Amino acid sequence: MTAPAIERTASAVASAAPTESAIGIQDLTVRYGSVTALEGLTLEVARGETVALLGPSGSGKSTALKAVAGFLRPAEGRITLAGRDVTYEPPNKRGIGVVVQNYALFPHMRVADNVAFGLRARRVPRAEVGRRVTEALDMVGMAGYARRYPRELSGGQQQRVAIARALAIRPPVLLLDEPLSALDATLRADLLGELQRLRGELPDVAIMYVTHDQTEALALADRIAVMRDARLVDLDATDRLYRRPPSEFTASFLGAANLLDARVLADCTAGDDAVRVAVGGLTVAADPTGAFAEGTRALLVARPHTLGVAEVDRADTLPARLVATQWRGADYRLTCVLEGDVEREIRIDVTDLAAVPALGERLGVALPAEPCVLVPAGAGG
Amino acid sequence: MLVWSRSGRALVWALFALVFAPLVLAPLAILGIAAFAGDWNSVLPASWTSENIREATAGTNYDSLVVSIETALGASLIAIVVGTWAAIAARGAPRFVRRLTDAVFHLPVAVPSVVVGLGMLVAFSDGPILLNGTKWIVIAAHAVLVVTFAYSTVSAGLDRTDAAFAEVAASLGASPARVLLRVRLPMLLPSITAAASLAIALSMGEVGATIMVYPAEWRTLPVSIFTLTDRGKVLLGSAVTVVLLVATLVVLMVVGLLKGRVEERRRRR
Repeated sequence: MTAPAIERTASAVASAAPTESAIGIQDLTVRYGSVTALEGLTLEVARGETVALLGPSGSGKSTALKAVAGFLRPAEGRITLAGRDVTYEPPNKRGIGVVVQNYALFPHMRVADNVAFGLRARRVPRAEVGRRVTEALDMVGMAGYARRYPRELSGGQQQRVAIARALAIRPPVLLLDEPLSALDATLRADLLGELQRLRGELPDVAIMYVTHDQTEALALADRIAVMRDARLVDLDATDRLYRRPPSEFTASFLGAANLLDARVLADCTAGDDAVRVAVGGLTVAADPTGAFAEGTRALLVARPHTLGVAEVDRADTLPARLVATQWRGADYRLTCVLEGDVEREIRIDVTDLAAVPALGERLGVALPAEPCVLVPAGAGG
Repeated sequence: MLVWSRSGRALVWALFALVFAPLVLAPLAILGIAAFAGDWNSVLPASWTSENIREATAGTNYDSLVVSIETALGASLIAIVVGTWAAIAARGAPRFVRRLTDAVFHLPVAVPSVVVGLGMLVAFSDGPILLNGTKWIVIAAHAVLVVTFAYSTVSAGLDRTDAAFAEVAASLGASPARVLLRVRLPMLLPSITAAASLAIALSMGEVGATIMVYPAEWRTLPVSIFTLTDRGKVLLGSAVTVVLLVATLVVLMVVGLLKGRVEERRRRR
């Protein structure tokens, strides 16, 4: 386990947050007519911190970003930048760098003019504009494309220019709205690496990163805010949120965990180790994320790669039937249906098919040796 | 629809020609012939002359041509400014204001042009704004008639433009005026020039409302054509019509060239 790493991230965030808040969002609500797009969001982003807003479409994550940028007028709540209330300030007074999904490069301007746009709007002296445009394009590896038009660039190149344009004004806050979603898989991976490198070169910039892709959130964020149905569901350090998801939704959305029905066998609270729970016919140890009373129904969180395959009659396994095998290059993803009262489908990742029976055959699902995290059985998932 | 067989394609072309030729080509061809006819009493003209064209480009007809071009340019300019402004402003307005603006700006094409002409006459013949008897009432009437096309063409252009461009420009520190002048209007340039061409073409041919409002010293070319044919001077009327056609094409070509120049200058910067 990497418990020390979790502690370190958490304490770094805790010490930075109260003193140097770069973005402060308090009770933010945004409505479109009668539709509430964002409800009561409270979130702080510290200087130098990256917070990912992660959620499915319609969860309110982009709405939150647009409100911080000043593109939307909130119905309620307050937004501060470095302690200054900007709730009703227009976007051009906020000094925020914004990068959007479809790049939004001005099609009638060359790359250099796109990057210079913010500097000229701020009346930066002409000589300095040229220097800073070159510097910003250098940062994203696009220095050789200054004279091109956006339409002459690929999607990945356009997004690099869009990032350079946002960085040229040297904003203390950078908002990225699904910046990689319009790119194909290879480019996405390349640019994700690029963003990680840029993060290292911009130690003081606060970044708010909106995405529906957990890979991007895990790779870039210090903390992740999981959103659903216009609300914040969970907010925590990335490590901790992945390893100890506090809710059913976060467990399944972040890392596509299996959720196994369990019954709590003794009263417990968060931090208790090894509370006993009954899963199928087994009694196993679990790691509770909250208080559970004896006899409560709860869910055991098991990531696909932590489960194993064993012979069907072994005493410490759950009997299941194999319904599908998918080769994914590095591993195989098995889809099984647990036998028992509830026919729940679960996914297991294995690297070797030697112990795996044929499709339709029965097998035993081995739970991980470490106690699995126990979350409340909430509504939906 | 794709037609694959050779005979099928020939049939489709033949059908198209059958509709296009009598409806569009024949009237234009006959106008062209009539403009140069000295005297036309049988199937073909008995004699040819350039006298009609000479008369059509001189004297009062020449004055009318200038009036028509000035009216078209003036009315189109007003219509483009007002229509573009309204289209952009309506974008940021609440939904019911936008609906109302849509309805108001489509009204001039929804009602007959005679109604617009009469309306202008009644509204501006007395009281605070007295335009009747001046060229301004003609230009104003034309502007009202073509503003619909300016508004709807620019609106359609705005529909195709993502709001993100203006938002990102603002986030970079650009004031609303700078966003408008440097980002929104340049991106709308194709729509605006298309709207200008349409407005000029429509204004050059307008007769319904003009006849209601024109003062003696501001007679547009279509009104002259109407008067000529009304008096039985069909051949001279045809010649004036040909002049109107050519003048309209030339003005539209100049607009096209100007647009090209703007884009070229932008490219070279």
